[in-house]
Formats: sequence, C-alpha cells, structure tokens
Amino acid sequence: MLESYFHMAKSIDELQTIAKRVRRDIVEMITAAKSGHPGGSLSAVEIVVELYFNHMRIDPANPKWADRDRFILSKGHAAPVLYSVMAERGYADAPKGKLNTLRQFGSVFQGHPDRRFIPSLEASTGSLGQGLSLGLGMALGSRLDARPSRFFVMLGDGEIQEGQVWESAMAAAFHKADNLVAIVDYNRIQLDGFVSDIMEIAPVVDKWRSFGWHTVEIDGHDFAAIEAALAEAAGTKGKPTCIVAHTIKGKGVSFMENNPKFHGVAPTQDELKLALQELN
Amino acid sequence: MPAQINTAKPKFEIKLGAATREAFGRTLVELGRENRDVVVVDADLSKSTMTTYFAKEFPDRFFSCGIAEANMVGVGAGLAMVGKIPFVASFSVFAVNKGFEQMRIGAAYGRSNLKVVGTHSGISIGEDGPSQMSIEEISLACSLAGFVVLAPADENATKGLVRAAAAYDGPVFIRCGRPKAPVVYGADQKFEIGKSIQVAAGTDIALIANGLLVAQALLAADLLGAEGVSARVIDMHTVKPLDRDAISRAAAETGAIVVAEEHLVDGGLGVRVAQAVAETNPCVMEFVGIHDRYAESGSPDEMLEKYGLVARDIAAAARKALARKR
Ligand SMILES: Cc1ncc(C[n+]2csc(CCOP(=O)(O)OP(=O)(O)O)c2C)c(N)n1
Ligand SMILES: [Mg+2]
Repeated sequence: MLESYFHMAKSIDELQTIAKRVRRDIVEMITAAKSGHPGGSLSAVEIVVELYFNHMRIDPANPKWADRDRFILSKGHAAPVLYSVMAERGYADAPKGKLNTLRQFGSVFQGHPDRRFIPSLEASTGSLGQGLSLGLGMALGSRLDARPSRFFVMLGDGEIQEGQVWESAMAAAFHKADNLVAIVDYNRIQLDGFVSDIMEIAPVVDKWRSFGWHTVEIDGHDFAAIEAALAEAAGTKGKPTCIVAHTIKGKGVSFMENNPKFHGVAPTQDELKLALQELN
Repeated sequence: MPAQINTAKPKFEIKLGAATREAFGRTLVELGRENRDVVVVDADLSKSTMTTYFAKEFPDRFFSCGIAEANMVGVGAGLAMVGKIPFVASFSVFAVNKGFEQMRIGAAYGRSNLKVVGTHSGISIGEDGPSQMSIEEISLACSLAGFVVLAPADENATKGLVRAAAAYDGPVFIRCGRPKAPVVYGADQKFEIGKSIQVAAGTDIALIANGLLVAQALLAADLLGAEGVSARVIDMHTVKPLDRDAISRAAAETGAIVVAEEHLVDGGLGVRVAQAVAETNPCVMEFVGIHDRYAESGSPDEMLEKYGLVARDIAAAARKALARKR
C-alpha cells in the first residue's frame, strides 16, 4: 500500500526541472487569468516542490489518508504555485490540463485555495494570518490520536505582521508542537511595497526564537538547504520549528524579480513571452 | 393608469463612472487639504483602497500598520480620542471582520469619532473569490450601537457621503466597491446621513436598494414599466439610522416593497427595512440578496448574475410581491 507516496527521493536535478515547469505554469496561468499574484507564487516554488515531491508523506491517489502530512498555504494568494505543484504531483482534483482556467467562472482553480472546489487542499485560505492557527489545531489533534503526521504552514513575510500569527506561535511553543513547521517566505516585499517601508518585521529569526521556536535560516531557492532544514525540523523534539527562507519575489523572471509591481499584477502577453524565454 | 405614468419616466442607462473606492480616495485628499485633523490609517492596501492619494500628499498624516487590521482599527480609535478625524481603510472583509471587536470597544462602546471605510465590498470584486469578498459587514456594522452605516451608489454619492461622515461627530462605517460604478447622480446632488433619495417616482411598488444595486433597481423599474407597473426606486444609502419616514410612506403608498442589496439577506438592509415596515405600515415584501452561501471566482458581472443581483432578479421579485399584493 501507499507505494506511490513519500520519499520518491528525487535528485536535485529532477527537482529543478519540476520547479522550472511550475514557474512556467505560474506565469502562463496568471497571464491567462489576467489577474493574480505572480511574485509570491514564484518565490515559493522550490519550497512547495520540495515538500510535495521530496519530503511530505502523502499519497495523491489517496488524498484523505488520515496519517498524511499536510501543507497549508497560509499566504493563499500564492495559490498558483500550489495548484501547479498539486497538478504536477497527480492530484485528480487539480487537473493539469485545466490550470489555465485559473480564476475563471466555474474553474476549480479559484483565486484563492478553496476546499469546496479542490477537496485535496488542506485549508481554504486567502485571509492572511490564519493558517498557523489551523496548522496548530491539526497538529495537536493528530498528536492526540498518536498519528505520525507532520504539518507545514507557509507564511508570507508581510503576513507575519498579523497578530494572530504570534498568538499561534506562542501557543505552538507552549504546547510543544514539534510536529508543526512554519516556513516564512522572506521575500521582503508585500502588497504596497517593500516590507521595511510598510512595517518592519526584522529581526525575524530572533522573534521566532524568542517565542520558543527552533529556527533555521536558509536560502529558499536552494533545494539541498530546504531538504536539510526540513530534516532538521523533523529531528527537533519538544518545540516547533520555523524555517526562515530568504527568497526573491518573482524569482526566475528577471523583470519580476524584486519588483513590487508584480505582487498582484498579471503579466501581459508580451511579458509572458519574455518570461517563458527565460524559463526555458 | 400606472402605464402612462411610467412611459413618461426616462429610461435609465448604465454609464460607468469611477469606482466608489476611487471617489473615496479622491475625496479623502480634498478633506485632507481642508482639515489638518484628517488622518488615515492603512493595513497594506493603500493602492487598492485608494488612500495612496492621501499618503502621497500628506505622508506625515498617513499611518501604515502593516497587514494588521485589528491594530489598524484600534490605532484609528486612539487617534480619534486625541481629536483627530481618522479614516481607517482596508477591504471591508478585513476591516470589519478582523477589526470588529476594536470597532466595538474603541469606537461604539468607547465612543470615538472613528471612520471605517471598507472597499472591495460585496461579491462584485470578482476573481479573487470569497476570502476577499464581504457579504456580512453591513449586518456587523449595524449591530454596533451608535454606528452610522453608509453604502453609496456611485462616485457622487461617495463624495457626498464621505464628506458627511467627516463632518459628523461619531463612528461611521462606509461601504465602497471595487468595480467602476454606474452613475446614478449628478455632481450637484446633496447627500445627508439618514435621508434616503427617491431616484425614480412610482406608485405600484417600491424598490429599495443601495450600493451597486441602485442602478440595477433603476433598470428593473424600466423593465417593470414596460409591463405597466409603476415602480418607485429609493436609494437607501444610509442603512443606519434608517429613513423610516420614506419607508413607511413607500409602504403606505405602494403596498409592496422589494429590497435589493449586494449582501447576505440575513441581517442586511432588507431585514432592517422589514422591521421598519412591520412597525409602521405592514405590506408585502420580497428580498434580493445573497442567500446563505459564499460566491466564487469569476468576473464581477458573472458573480452578480449567478448570485441573483441584477435587474432581472429585482423585477422578478417585484412581480412576486405584486402577485401577493393582489
Ligand atoms: C487579512 C488580510 N489582509 C489583507 C490582505 C490583502 N493582501 C493580499 S496579499 C497581501 C500582501 C502579502 O504580502 P506577503 O505576506 O509578504 O506575501 P508574498 O510577498 O509572499 O506575496 C495583502 C496585504 C489579505 N489577503 N488578508
Ligand atoms: Mg512578501
């Protein structure tokens, strides 16, 4: 049973190939939709690919398997990266051929992750700041049932300005939820501009540490580093782990990289052409 | 002879004006020029709520709180308590749902001169989907004792009502939208808190609406007019305090009322009008709004069509009410 699931032990080359396909999907689907959030989708690619292809104990053919690991995209506006990875990974309710219907009337690929349309999604998100509480609740409940499941919550760096994030961070450490991992996509840009101009969040690592979390700081585009950080989290007992992943918003498309404009603006057809050339 | 009355009525044509959030942003700048006490608090959405215009012109009176709406509302209440006229703005769903307790303690119960502006209200935001859509906030805001609750129909109404809110001493919630709004009013129209506006005369039935649905109600009145039905259209831009006089008059004079709103029918304009009708001149009523569900992604028009918020739906509700009236 469950042969199809975990530790497919992909090589870094293979993961990079997948990541490139995912990036192409992201820019294509957002262009087709004429709206959406390319920047924060592209910054999260390696982390989401690593989780779904190399780390989480999941079985796409059996998405409701009770002992599975779970991923919550708390920064729900980055839905395209999750849709593309789930499609690539073979979830039947996230059909690859339909990715380009993103945000259109009747599409399962809603503007933000929506469990009514894709039951394999672990949470309906889009209102920032809530995912870590959900992850903690899942982690505590599954620990109560002595399940082996682990819970991964991806947060935006702007998102961690929400007070609820710190309420859940405090509670997770208090409850010694070592089956819970927070991953901060530290791309330094939020909606209105650079994080440091909107609301400074530094020192990020110190904050999580002072809230009682084990912390790991990595380059969020380096598969080996992500793999090592996730392994370190798995080996950390008695406290939750926060992975602070330094990333580049818009990563992989030169004119989107580190450009606040592409937080929530779709590429034009011409921009798409350029982007796809770069992602070849 | 209602048919004759109605043929004299000019046909309403949809002419898109500025979005109400755009009108809010522009008006805020005018207010900022006129009064140094006007300040703005933002939660990383200034380019969407259009407080960015104010931020550019008055950077020292613009306070960024980051993505933290509860704090934004609380800080706004604090600014009011030292004599400022604070406008705090975010998407309606975040400002009110996340800042609700702060609106209650800091502004309603705590009595302060706070102005909360929610943009991207209703389901006409379209593609982003339900997590960013607000279909509860009128009900929530109306449940706060002493709050004034406004839902302007177009750019001119927004300008007038934002100005009225700034001049009014007390907590106000203003509901704005994302898409360009059909023009209902001329630039010289006057707006007063608590005073509804009859935008079309009629005697057989009254269509009471606010926000984007005022234009749809006007279109519905034309559809009904073609069937010989004379429909009065009332813009109930102030949901609280309600214009009970206009409502009881409409009930008495027409004997049938349809209320239309881009909001849940539970707890919105409709139930408030129904309460006033029940207390004054009971008559048949029908309700156009969102019924106990969330919408989805799609274009704004697709949303309004699917969820039953267009002229056709208002006209159908009117026919139902008229059938019950007979
Ligand atoms: C509670 C809440 N407030 C505001 C928004 C609007 N919003 C969507 S994305 C975004 C910026 C997010 O920035 P960040 O968390 O840094 O995400 P990333 O850079 O990864 O895209 C904002 C303010 C929201 N979705 N939820
Ligand atoms: Mg960011």
